[in-house]
Amino acid sequence: MDPVLTLYIFMLAAVAGFEIIARVPVILHTPLMSGSNFIHGVVVVGAMIVLGSADSVLEKGIGFFAVALGAANAAGGYVVTERMLAMFRSKGEGK
Amino acid sequence: MTLPAFVQGAWFAGALFFIFGLKGMSSPASARRGIIVAGYGMLTAIAGTFLIPGLQNIGLIAIALGLGSAVAWLSGARVKMTDMPQMVAIYNGMGGGAAAAIAAVEFVKGDTHDLATTALAVLGALIGAVSFTGSCIAWAKLQGVLRKAVRLPAQNALNVLLALGTVALGLATVVLAPARPELVCAFFGLALILGLVVTLPIGGADMPVVISLFNAFTGLAVGFEGYVLGNPALIIAGIVVGAAGTLLTQLMAKAMNRPISNILFVPMAAAGGGAAVEGEQKEIGAMDVAALMRYADRVIIVPGYGMAVAHAQHKVWEMTELLEEAGVEVKFAIHPVAGRMPGHMNVLLAEAGVPYDKIFDLDEINGEFAQTDVALVIGANDVVNPVARSDKSSPIYGMPILNADMARNVIVVKRGKGSGYSGVENALFYSDNCQMLYGDAQPMAGEIIQHLKAMG
Repeated sequence: MDPVLTLYIFMLAAVAGFEIIARVPVILHTPLMSGSNFIHGVVVVGAMIVLGSADSVLEKGIGFFAVALGAANAAGGYVVTERMLAMFRSKGEGK
Repeated sequence: MTLPAFVQGAWFAGALFFIFGLKGMSSPASARRGIIVAGYGMLTAIAGTFLIPGLQNIGLIAIALGLGSAVAWLSGARVKMTDMPQMVAIYNGMGGGAAAAIAAVEFVKGDTHDLATTALAVLGALIGAVSFTGSCIAWAKLQGVLRKAVRLPAQNALNVLLALGTVALGLATVVLAPARPELVCAFFGLALILGLVVTLPIGGADMPVVISLFNAFTGLAVGFEGYVLGNPALIIAGIVVGAAGTLLTQLMAKAMNRPISNILFVPMAAAGGGAAVEGEQKEIGAMDVAALMRYADRVIIVPGYGMAVAHAQHKVWEMTELLEEAGVEVKFAIHPVAGRMPGHMNVLLAEAGVPYDKIFDLDEINGEFAQTDVALVIGANDVVNPVARSDKSSPIYGMPILNADMARNVIVVKRGKGSGYSGVENALFYSDNCQMLYGDAQPMAGEIIQHLKAMG
């Protein structure tokens, strides 16, 4: 990848991250932390790429480990976040 | 290699869904939709990856995916809401571990070409490995597996030495690329140990900040490995989380009145001190508390982690409903660090059925205590200690607190006499308008409910 172009992506993504979070009320901090935890679970895609081109046994072993960990990060992050957010309701909504 | 448009498109869509999902999560009304959108983003990105031409080991990939997600899904679906922080910590650690493992495979292959790629691979590996072992320790502490804060002799010096050693090995890996396997192994080993050693001495009360910090770390690690793999979706998702996590960490540290460096390097126990408090604690019975609240106009409940530990939130909500039926206005005031994670108390109250529009932040509600008849403090201590405003010698001086002491009457439900985790005496308990209801939060709330029902 073009390093300079990547630098711009880094910068814009960092600004986007700050801006999205800056306005979040405290009430959502826990689900948000767990939600952002879920989103970096996309590391599983990187792990799949690596395992998908692994040749030696060592590469395959570490790659397998990476995919399993990444998948756990994504799946676990999703489940707990969804569970928490499903509980939030306002006065208007029924119980 | 150039990838076909449908693979690139799937990753692009994934990144887009993540951004919109996070955006949705910034308001309670749209938050659930937000996580579901982000979930679709993840599925799209994973599906697209399977379509990479010439992808090998598809069977292995499928098994690893199934195994990892099944274990995490089942554990995540069962975990209790009070145990949520350590669950988030462990999932986060796994992400960090995955990022480090990606870098490891790249090194084994000798696939890192130019200086920038190698440097970011090493940096991502370092951060990911620290986040991995550090998060495991955080999990062990919050889960109660590791009870004590372990402080090694010359802890800070050791931390610095280890960090310098790890960075030096990392630099060597970059400069000597392709580096010898022994060097790479030593680098990974040291990075993993660094995570352990840095996290071990940190007390359970400071863990929320640490978990948030490691969350930001993992995000950065994922972003860096994304560059190594030439995958913009990883870069965007990773860096967005890194930035968001950094901001969240700062907000939390500020709410605890402790700079992040302080949390990492100074144990809370060493703080202590502050002026002694004169006076006596006055006791009150459950029936009087019930009467006081029943005939009040405005009541504010200040829940702390003690309430959650006692599993009293359902009873407290039942009590609140009874009071509201009697025409009393009841609100909940939450300190930013109530619970074991910022916003944790909100989740616990939500689980008990409390609507989020009854729950207020410190800034929103602090002005209202002066017009409040009864402030009911349940299992909270340091966050309502007025010495944080007045006593400059106190270690908690300057910490933002809930001004419960300004209410006309303050009732504190507490298991016994004693100070909060900071070890500082609470001047509130001795003030003239404060009365203590000693006992476990759950049976006490139950008693108050009985008396309220009897009053009709």
